[in-house]
Amino acid sequence: MSNRITTRLQEDKKLLSIYFTAGYPTLNDTVKIIEDLEKNGVDMIEIGLPFSDPLADGPTIQESSTAALKNGMTTEILFNQLKDIRKTVSIPLIIMGYFNPMLQYGVEAFCKKCQEIGIDGLILPDLPLDVYQEDYEATFKKYGLINVFLITPQTSDARIHQIDDASNGFIYMVSSASVTGSKSGFGQDQENYFERIASMNLKNPQIVGFGIKDEETFKQATKTAKGAIIGSAFIKHLTANGTEKTDEFTNLIR
Amino acid sequence: MNYNADEKGYYGEFGGAYIPEMLYPNVEELRQNYLKLMYEDSFQKEFNQLLKDYVGRPSPLYFAKRLSEKHGCKIYLKREDLNHTGAHKVNNTIGQILMAQKLGKTRIIAETGAGQHGVATATVCALMGMECIVYMGEIDIARQAPNVARMKMLGAEVRPAKSGSRTLKDATNEAIRDWINNPVDTHYIIGSAIGPHPYPDMVTRFQSIISEEIKWQLKEKEGRENPDYVVACIGGGSNAAGTYYHFLHEPEVGIIAVEAAGKGVNSGESAATSALGKVGIIHGCKTMLMQTTDGQITEPYSISAGLDYPGVGPMHSHLYKSGRAEFYSATDDEAMAAGLELSQLEGIIPAIETGHAFAIFEHKKFKPDDVVVISLSGRGDKDLNTYIDYFKLA
Repeated sequence: MSNRITTRLQEDKKLLSIYFTAGYPTLNDTVKIIEDLEKNGVDMIEIGLPFSDPLADGPTIQESSTAALKNGMTTEILFNQLKDIRKTVSIPLIIMGYFNPMLQYGVEAFCKKCQEIGIDGLILPDLPLDVYQEDYEATFKKYGLINVFLITPQTSDARIHQIDDASNGFIYMVSSASVTGSKSGFGQDQENYFERIASMNLKNPQIVGFGIKDEETFKQATKTAKGAIIGSAFIKHLTANGTEKTDEFTNLIR
Repeated sequence: MNYNADEKGYYGEFGGAYIPEMLYPNVEELRQNYLKLMYEDSFQKEFNQLLKDYVGRPSPLYFAKRLSEKHGCKIYLKREDLNHTGAHKVNNTIGQILMAQKLGKTRIIAETGAGQHGVATATVCALMGMECIVYMGEIDIARQAPNVARMKMLGAEVRPAKSGSRTLKDATNEAIRDWINNPVDTHYIIGSAIGPHPYPDMVTRFQSIISEEIKWQLKEKEGRENPDYVVACIGGGSNAAGTYYHFLHEPEVGIIAVEAAGKGVNSGESAATSALGKVGIIHGCKTMLMQTTDGQITEPYSISAGLDYPGVGPMHSHLYKSGRAEFYSATDDEAMAAGLELSQLEGIIPAIETGHAFAIFEHKKFKPDDVVVISLSGRGDKDLNTYIDYFKLA
């Protein structure tokens, strides 16, 4: 399968990917944030569909999700906001969220809508590998969606190979055992882990997430990996600055 | 039909393990080992010894004469309120702390609503000399102050959950986040029959001692092992799961669940999951869940902290959907009135959670020769402040 994600992954550069929570800081910021991120050289975007109970997220993303829901964000509203996004934006767009809102929307209807809009992939941390493969893989593929799986420092080699086989874009490499936004800086343990994964020669490139917040951590993470994802640090920027000065944030990274 | 979990932890369409990859190694380790460890002779010996000498089992099966006369049937009370720590919760924490030791874990985390599970966890951690951190919603910390004090006295750290509705659901979220952050040395003792597989099945098996005892105790008293009905209140559903377990495949035993209707099922302030829920995913399992049409989990309400949960264990969802169990719900007022009635007819002050089970008589009429066993899941000491306010006792 090829789409904007696989094309981008083939480019000879380290990729900067940014996560933000849709509907935050205000309900209708979604399109402006995406357009500004592209203008400022970001290579790929994860659009967070907010959830009431984000188990894998730390306080920063939790609070942005709660605020977004309070602002009135829903799955339907997000799809409406994004309906013309491909007229102005060409970088890969991924929707990241928890599985329950997708289940309630209807998995097939959700995938179909993503294809219509021009979404390239999905990251659903609580949709496990075996359930995906048994129940949903065919649907995701039918609508040209790349599903991205996570691995962590505790994931066994055997499991990593399983995930590599099931992946058709990139692997989301969680930098350390943590919820989002909870660790600062990378130590020897992380570097060893990055090296270990690099030496496994996986067929899918890896993009590192959790704990990337500045130029230094971006460089550390992408020494061996193909790219890095910034989430909480960008949410904090949005909290402080609103949707202005996106360039100031991206300039800090590279 | 099978009412137990299958190999992947499904009860019909409910259950499974919908967990982020960060939790996979921990949950998988448990899944691979729990049955093997639990049924080792040495484990069973230690577990049963502790239940006997430390918890005080078997808990009595008591014929409630005056309550029976009042409601026109033969009512037996399974006295889980007489267990050490005052509720059924300790059956499970004893089992899980032994499991944690076998798995080489040194740090224990738990969530708690009413504080009974938190106290039961803090107790076994003190018993085994293990570090204990209990997550509890800020609202629950305020309404269950005596249990917070007990946990602290037992050496546990009580961490407030400040997100969302600041009750049981949010305490569970925080405990799961802690486990993600501490994947190697920590065991998470889930207190209810919820969570990713194997938790619902594991908790149910540890609690199944309740129905195991009912069988032989009833045989002694009534000459038969099977009652006509077993009744339990349901939040997540651990006392219910244990009370039903050995009767699930005995078709002549009617299974009755009483949920918390709060201020009324349709009042907007309720925790009656079977009436208000749809299939969804919460805390790692697929189950009946109170949620918006958009799939956001709804904030539940009940006067009892232990039933204030927007989901129900997957086993119970299956019992509901398949029609194996009858589901009712009792309002705050009905539960409080039933608690008062039990106090004054039998001299037993129940937990408010448990009061819901006794409100069954408001909703269902039994025949004079029906033998009805009610799980008296916990005692009311922890709820005294709520009783004082409600009945103006001070």
